[in-house]
Amino acid sequence: KNLPIIIFNINVWALGALWGLRMVVNTIHWFRKGLRLHDNAALRDSIRGSDSLRCIYILDPWFAGSSNVGINRWRFLLQCLEDLDASLRKLNSRLFVIRGQPTDVFPRLFKEWQINRLSYEYDSEPFGKERDAAIQKLASEAGVELMVRISHTLYNLDKIIELNQGQPPLTYKRFQGLINHMEAVELPTETITADVIRTCLTPISDDHDDKYGVPSLEELGFETEGLTTAVWPGGETEALMRLERHLERKAWVANFERPRMNANSLLASPTGLSPYLRFGCLSCRLFYFKLTDLYKKVKKNSTPPLSLYGQLLWREFFYTTATNNPCFDKMDGNPVCVQIPWDRNREALAKWAEGRTGFPWIDAIMTQLRQEGWIHHLARHAVACFLTRGDLWISWEEGMKVFEELLLDADWSVNAGSWMWLSCSSFFQQFFRCYCPVGFGRRTDPNGDFIRRYLPILRTYPAKYIYDPWNAPEDVQKAAKCIIGLHYPKPMVNHAEASRINIERMKQIYQQLSSYRGLVFNMLSSPAAPCPLPHFKIFIHFSVTTSCPILSVTVSLR
Amino acid sequence: MKILSCYTECHTPGCDWARLPQELLLHIFQYLPLLDRAYASQVCRGWNQAFHMPELWRCFEFELNQPASSYLKATHPDLIKQIIKRHSNHLQYVSFKVDSSTESAEAACDILSQLVNCSLKTLGLISTARPSFMEVPKSHFISALTVVFVNSKSLSSLKIDDTPVDDPSLKVLVANNSDTLKLLKMSSCPHVSPAGILCVADQCHGLRELALNYHLLSDELLLALSSEKHVHLEHLRIDVVSENPGQHFHTIKKSSWDAMVRHSPKFNLVMYFFLYEEEFGPFFNDEIPVTHLYFGRSVSKEVLGRVGLHCPRLVELVVCANGLRPLDEELIRIAKHCTQLSAIGLGECEVSCSAFVEFVKMCGRRLSQLSIMEEVLIPDHKYSLDEIHWEVSKHLGRVWFPDMMPTW
Repeated sequence: KNLPIIIFNINVWALGALWGLRMVVNTIHWFRKGLRLHDNAALRDSIRGSDSLRCIYILDPWFAGSSNVGINRWRFLLQCLEDLDASLRKLNSRLFVIRGQPTDVFPRLFKEWQINRLSYEYDSEPFGKERDAAIQKLASEAGVELMVRISHTLYNLDKIIELNQGQPPLTYKRFQGLINHMEAVELPTETITADVIRTCLTPISDDHDDKYGVPSLEELGFETEGLTTAVWPGGETEALMRLERHLERKAWVANFERPRMNANSLLASPTGLSPYLRFGCLSCRLFYFKLTDLYKKVKKNSTPPLSLYGQLLWREFFYTTATNNPCFDKMDGNPVCVQIPWDRNREALAKWAEGRTGFPWIDAIMTQLRQEGWIHHLARHAVACFLTRGDLWISWEEGMKVFEELLLDADWSVNAGSWMWLSCSSFFQQFFRCYCPVGFGRRTDPNGDFIRRYLPILRTYPAKYIYDPWNAPEDVQKAAKCIIGLHYPKPMVNHAEASRINIERMKQIYQQLSSYRGLVFNMLSSPAAPCPLPHFKIFIHFSVTTSCPILSVTVSLR
Repeated sequence: MKILSCYTECHTPGCDWARLPQELLLHIFQYLPLLDRAYASQVCRGWNQAFHMPELWRCFEFELNQPASSYLKATHPDLIKQIIKRHSNHLQYVSFKVDSSTESAEAACDILSQLVNCSLKTLGLISTARPSFMEVPKSHFISALTVVFVNSKSLSSLKIDDTPVDDPSLKVLVANNSDTLKLLKMSSCPHVSPAGILCVADQCHGLRELALNYHLLSDELLLALSSEKHVHLEHLRIDVVSENPGQHFHTIKKSSWDAMVRHSPKFNLVMYFFLYEEEFGPFFNDEIPVTHLYFGRSVSKEVLGRVGLHCPRLVELVVCANGLRPLDEELIRIAKHCTQLSAIGLGECEVSCSAFVEFVKMCGRRLSQLSIMEEVLIPDHKYSLDEIHWEVSKHLGRVWFPDMMPTW
């Protein structure tokens, strides 16, 4: 039935070939993450044989208004786009920023620009895969060739899962074991230069800036008066500069061990790379190989240990666990998340999110987060513990949403995964470790400079009382011109009491879990419970709750 | 055999699912979650009858949550009404799980007040978030609880932590259940006095497990628990919690602890400490038979040194935080003197890798639980972090790694 059409098509091609005609290839490269020209395999491959190239970024207008993204993240993104645009200009090209939703935008562009090739970097996150499936369908309907390449992660995540019998690894140790059996990480692709682009043109109209220019924060509806300069400037250029500094510092110290925590570590570092990895301004593979080369140079060719790539592998781990789980960012319906009876308390959550808990250590960290968009990973542990299993007993999902709004390097997989980890909701974490909102800060920064910097109201408090100002005598408070309860809030919980209650709650939950897995408990004076139904096993554990303290509750590993 | 014959019967053509024998239905229904059972009960009269068999209503867990304060679903009010109406005299093992709203705790008290026909063996009042039972007016709570104490007369296990239970209600408990009470968990019940709990120990000679706060502990209590009439105690859990910094704690005589050990040589003494560093003065100056020790806040090197000297029965040790001076000597001392130690967990502490390896070597394979954060271990001239896990695994006889936290 289709034979006539096929013959017709072959004839057209044959005619074209006879007359030396060739199909003109018009390409769109779609930037989502991967906001860089180095190690961009999808872009590099799609340029080959292309006659025209347009690099686009789609800005979903609905997204800007109602989404949970704060001003620092928007600014970072816009700076990344400006940087891309500047780099493309040097290659006689430009970035096209398009407003709209991808499913509306693409059919229009396919027609308008006569597109027959579309390239983008593979997005492993469930929402990304769904969106891309819809675009793939549109592309195939329009006869557009697709070029998708993996470059946001070190490995092909599906292969890691395959290696683990089709299941994502649920412990970091297991993940490291699987990595050891994977093929070597692929080398970064060559950077897009004039040589690479060669004859591939970008049609640029006179009104390009009006139609396709990178918007400003104001245009997106943000109030920018009083906005301080970005502590973390976005863009590939900045990312590559930081990478060099980061490696220089490592080489100078000649020490690849995890750096010891001190007061200075809490401040934003000019060699910090996590936001750039998240947006893809910096290629994780480039970072990987540069670290490897440096290590081999300094340590005279010995094999680098896995711990060298700690930051990158944690990121990879969470991407792997999340890729096939659309419920990864929720407790309800999430197969890897323990169902914990968190408290719903909007007021308490607001105090935490806005840095008004009355605990200077917590408040200073949350203030730094809101002002700058980055906090040290141990600071993240402290505030996450405080919100969830440590003090407030509020759901990790709420904390995750706040981080999503404020934290520059919080992408979906890593943010959700880390929150589950820190709240002991998954990944078989020992729940006995509780970070004290007074003691932990005091041991990290005894002088309290971090607090003074971000909570100026407490600036003149002596180091002795700056972490627990409510314990300061009245005259000390008066001298510091900050009365607790008046100028700075009283502590919102009694930490000893809260942590005592919460550790008991966690134990209750984990003991019930263990019972589901059939672990043998030391059943002592329990009544002979006649009913075998799972939810009645709580009775069996009356004795265990007394006798079986924290560590002896083990959950078998998969 | 019965089941086998039923099976054959069911596989003959024309068998009637509705007429399965009641024992078989009961057996099957016991495996179904409550909701599925409820659906099954709607299928036919026979299955409905099976649903209401007393054996299926011996145990029940009432879940009381408000949408404003919890993400979890509550037990349906109609089901609660049905249980009280048709099954309250079948109930034997009951627990209430409440969220942080006062309404949920009050609802639990209302149900309790209606369990007049019950003869409970087990009762648990469990707050899953903040202790909402403490928000209920005391008189309302006490009268509800008293209904159960008076009517049950054979209570064996009672879990009433974080509730406003008081001395008089404990007297009622004892008056009606002294022969049967085996387990009593009442940590953080601020309205109980040492005299109140002493009354329980004096009368309930079958008491095998007890959990309470340190302020209720007294020499008299320990002696009462070690009296000849009293059974061997199996577990004693004590929470030592500081209300305000600089709080003073009384001491327990060594002779009282000795009496306990003589009377119940195998008993577990579980102690949870939530104190400020400077409040440990009264503790660990003398030998104490503690088996499971948990330090919820920062504890000083000095105190850990005393633990090493005075806790020969120690089985499990958890230290949440210590500070930034290495605990090398203290750990080695613990390895030497605490010969029963099989589980240890260290949070925010520091130990040099060499001392840690020495510790593990001394404890050997008896260490079944070793939960150390990677940040705790300080590499030195002998071992790096990458090497240490081999050494430790060797001495433990199994593969071991420190615990890790995401660094991003």
